[in-house]
Amino acid sequence: MLFELIGIPPQALFGQLLLGLINGAFYAMMSLGLAVIFGLLNVINFTHGAQYMMGAFAAWMLLEWAGIPYWGALVLAPLIVGATGVVMEKLLLKRLYHLDHLYGLLLTFGLALMIEGVFRKQFGSSGLPYANPLPGGTRLDFMFLPNYRAWIVIASLVICFGTWFMIERTKLGSYLRAATERPDLVQAFGINVPRMITLTYGFGVGLAGLAGVLAAPAYNVSPLMGSNLIIIVFAVVVIGGMGSILGAIITGFSLGIIEGLTKVFYPEASNTVIFIVMAIVLMVKPAGLFGTPK
Amino acid sequence: MIGIGLVAPIAIYPVFLMKVLCFALFACAFNLLIGYVGLLSFGHAMFFGLAAYVSGYSVKAWGFSPELGILYGTACGAVLGLVTGLLAIRRQGIYFAMVTLALSQMVFFYCLQVKFTGGEDGIQAIPRRPLFGLINIQNDLTFYYVVLAIFAGAFLLIWRTVNSPFGQVLKAIRENEPRAISLGYRVDHYKLLAFVLSAALAGLAGATKALVFQLASLTDVTWQMSGEVVLMTLVGGMGTIFGPVVGAAVIITMQNYLAGFGEWVLVIQGFIFVVVVMAFRKGIVGEIQAWWERRTNKA
Repeated sequence: MLFELIGIPPQALFGQLLLGLINGAFYAMMSLGLAVIFGLLNVINFTHGAQYMMGAFAAWMLLEWAGIPYWGALVLAPLIVGATGVVMEKLLLKRLYHLDHLYGLLLTFGLALMIEGVFRKQFGSSGLPYANPLPGGTRLDFMFLPNYRAWIVIASLVICFGTWFMIERTKLGSYLRAATERPDLVQAFGINVPRMITLTYGFGVGLAGLAGVLAAPAYNVSPLMGSNLIIIVFAVVVIGGMGSILGAIITGFSLGIIEGLTKVFYPEASNTVIFIVMAIVLMVKPAGLFGTPK
Repeated sequence: MIGIGLVAPIAIYPVFLMKVLCFALFACAFNLLIGYVGLLSFGHAMFFGLAAYVSGYSVKAWGFSPELGILYGTACGAVLGLVTGLLAIRRQGIYFAMVTLALSQMVFFYCLQVKFTGGEDGIQAIPRRPLFGLINIQNDLTFYYVVLAIFAGAFLLIWRTVNSPFGQVLKAIRENEPRAISLGYRVDHYKLLAFVLSAALAGLAGATKALVFQLASLTDVTWQMSGEVVLMTLVGGMGTIFGPVVGAAVIITMQNYLAGFGEWVLVIQGFIFVVVVMAFRKGIVGEIQAWWERRTNKA
């Protein structure tokens, strides 16, 4: 009844809501990874989008070249991508911590260009298909729910909750948070802070890689997928405020849903709605919704 | 410098020189923020690209003369700078970079969707009518001297700004913002003014570029373009007055000669970024200056 009143068929509305929720799941996982890295390294990881793309390609290569199916890739690909992150931190990022944070951003930007360039050279810009590991779906009263899309939402909720739990509720997480505040003091307690920083970077990069594997069957695997996503995720991060893990998760999901709804009611604005929300939030709360002013 | 500019077209193709001058101006405008106020804008392409569109459109569809079209583009850059600056200067450091990047992406989608920009095609065949109704700028060599004059004027303006009491306050903000506040300066006003000036000059560069190539396209508003201007400034030397000019010349030359390598250009640019950030942070001009100072101190 209500749907007839506003003139939108329910299938379209719920379909877009689901799409929004899925996009939101990726925004949440990506801004979560950025928040984890930023928390300890004070680096805005511009390579995050490229690392997400690497995750998708790792899954594709594992399948095409080594015959390892999706579920194996789900474990292996994030480890591979995370390992490249560890190498990158050890070789390059580590040498910039004593400088202005801007240099970390510029370095990761340069690396993102290099990685994207290499993949574009190798695979072209058009994209490669990756078979859906969970075909079929469930017919609900108001819409059709494809299995794989349901899996994305569930998996990302588990990943987000798991990361939040690890950082906010475990001993390891408390070391991490302590090292964010006073690295020198934590070092004095006998904890190897540089190694912790390296592993944290690897973990954040692995999260991006994991998001990439999840994305591979849902979208095309393409060298451009990362650079298209990263700017939106930056906006999500500005809206949520960089300080909080929970903020990254909640903002990510809500903005995905807002974007989906805009697609139904005013499609012309669907590309820009997140940036408009960002402008409004900046006017009201410059530190972001969950951030603390610095 | 001026001497080189005047005789350069004898040896080098004027259209290439005009391209270098436009990007050098763009990089100088960008450097005004990063080098003298310490604000890294990652969205400067929005001023450059939007100004290219509005000046191109006003000249082609409304029959504006070239000088009016360039002025109009510059003014639009300034207005956009005022609006985005009001939002962006509320955050600092890397947040500022991310906010400008996101806002420029909003401008990108706007330019992709509205009618007047011509979508994927851009605005093509922008006419080059006589400047002030007198000077025939169809001729590339004549137009080169016009562009050189525009560049020299803007460069002098930047030089004057940097070496003025206003510029000194900007440097004070860069070095120690809390102290500048406690000295009683209204820091946000200074930052906003510098931002608008930088946006207007980036707009001037974009508007001129549109007339040089008789084309305004989506490439000018993408975030990759914002990255390119960061690269030019970084390679030349942030916070040096001639650095961005040298950086623009190096990067444009490189792009011209490497155009045949296709996607490798992206890899090479990224590699230069990494090398400069890791080992060469002062940039070409900055390193030369440091070397010169070491030498004179020894003597």
